Amino acid sequence: MSVKDTSKKGASYVKKSPWIIHYDAASCNGCDIEVLASLTPLYDVERFGIINTGNPRHADIFLVTGSVNEQAKPVIEQIYSQMVEPKVVIACGICACSGGVFKTCYNTMGGIDQVIPVDVYVPGCAVRPEALIDGVVRALDILEQKRAAMDAGLPVPTPEVKLGVETPRVLHTQDDPDESGTPIEPAAQGGEGAKR
Amino acid sequence: MAKKTLVPFGPQHPVLPEPVHLDLVLEDETVVQAVPQVGYVHRGLENLVDKRDFQQFTYIAERICGICSFGHSMGYSQAVENLMGIEVPERAEYLRVIFHEMSRMHSHLLWLGLAADAFGFESLFMHSWRLRERLLDIFERTTGGRVILNFCIPGGVVHDIENTELEAIVSTLRGMREDYDQIAATFLDDASVRSRLSGVGYLSKADARTYGCVGPMARASGWDVDVRNNGLGAYSALADFKPVTSQDGDCYARCQVRVEEVRQSIDIITELASKIPDGETLVKIKGNPAEGAESLTRIEQPRGEAIYYIKGNGTKFLERCRVRTPTSTNIPGMCATLGGSDLADVPNIVLTIDPCISCSER
Repeated sequence: MSVKDTSKKGASYVKKSPWIIHYDAASCNGCDIEVLASLTPLYDVERFGIINTGNPRHADIFLVTGSVNEQAKPVIEQIYSQMVEPKVVIACGICACSGGVFKTCYNTMGGIDQVIPVDVYVPGCAVRPEALIDGVVRALDILEQKRAAMDAGLPVPTPEVKLGVETPRVLHTQDDPDESGTPIEPAAQGGEGAKR
Repeated sequence: MAKKTLVPFGPQHPVLPEPVHLDLVLEDETVVQAVPQVGYVHRGLENLVDKRDFQQFTYIAERICGICSFGHSMGYSQAVENLMGIEVPERAEYLRVIFHEMSRMHSHLLWLGLAADAFGFESLFMHSWRLRERLLDIFERTTGGRVILNFCIPGGVVHDIENTELEAIVSTLRGMREDYDQIAATFLDDASVRSRLSGVGYLSKADARTYGCVGPMARASGWDVDVRNNGLGAYSALADFKPVTSQDGDCYARCQVRVEEVRQSIDIITELASKIPDGETLVKIKGNPAEGAESLTRIEQPRGEAIYYIKGNGTKFLERCRVRTPTSTNIPGMCATLGGSDLADVPNIVLTIDPCISCSER
């Protein structure tokens, strides 16, 4: 575990300073400015060493906002394939999770997981910086699990790409389900709500 | 003659929070032509009028853009009110303008921060965004949302803001002013900022007219085009309104205009909060838009003039909704400005039009 549980004995620290890369895949900007707001003084995740980088090769965490259209699809795929393993994808905002209010638009694909595997879903319209930071903290755990799998020579656990399949989604950071704006289905394959 | 090279700029680029692609044709280090390619954020939400009724569409209109969200809901609501001949209570008009000016302040502070980041002044970026959080606190306290407010609906505003709350807003803004003056002084007087912005990306007044520029982009070239000047809504109650202009037409002038507009917005809010009448804030809308009825509304967004056109068809669904946003009209001017500039100045010039791609592509 990269972030130690403060309730247990031992120091609370982040083993690695995760760098993030952010891309706006047909989003309304609301989530994008909240991504930037989490980096700036009020929320200030930079104090934990989380830096926004423009280079996919430097990044550990891919923050994607928006409901993805055809033109944004190849860009996301390129950024994702250029990132080195282990990597984690966070869908920021309800549009990135499921399409949100734009789900019925003719030009959207309805969620990032239609294109690339998504590890953490952070709902909200617009996503709140607190929820986003919680999502990043969860991503650190997943990053660590993936790194452990790589060290052990096992295949890196990667969620499936849903390619047009309508499946009930388990949304992460569900402390207040009402905030997401979308009905939350129970986990399809009986897992606990917070883990995929 | 030097060999021509083609340099792609975007869609994923460190200075761009939003995706836009430019093909830059270079001769050595000088840009000879810039060809924009858009469509990375196109969602097709104008088409949603078929699926959402005209009242629900307010919330879709608000999500055209997360930065100018309040402006979009206000413009769309005004268009619906014009279409159906609804008289909005006076207090609601005042509250709308107060919130619109606050969203202009938050948008300009956001832009100032991004611009500082683009010319490599990161602490200035952090300070601008720190100051902006105070406005977001006001939004959160009064409406519940930080960026998407859902406050303005056809017929008025969702709920009243009490006079004591308005006084608190004014005193917060007064407190912001001192901190803002420090940041503004750095933007306008600092030698390193000046050296990055002065003389870069010049656009003459004639060119601004030719390319149909709007908002701070046009005003920085000495053209005093501003819809607020027409005195619509509560703007008519202002004792004196004069658009902020500058004659230089370069990146520095565009920065200067936005810096001054934040101060102007504080003045407008202070004046309107002292004049605001008591009364209702919402009238209920009954019936549907008549068949064939059309309406056209203009408002001044933080980035310039936005036009909302809607047409009814007798049902609760609208026949057509069309929005013309400021960035789409500023892009030709930006591409003209890019011609002849250095490659290293391209990020600055692109940012000084304050591109809002999700507005322009919808």
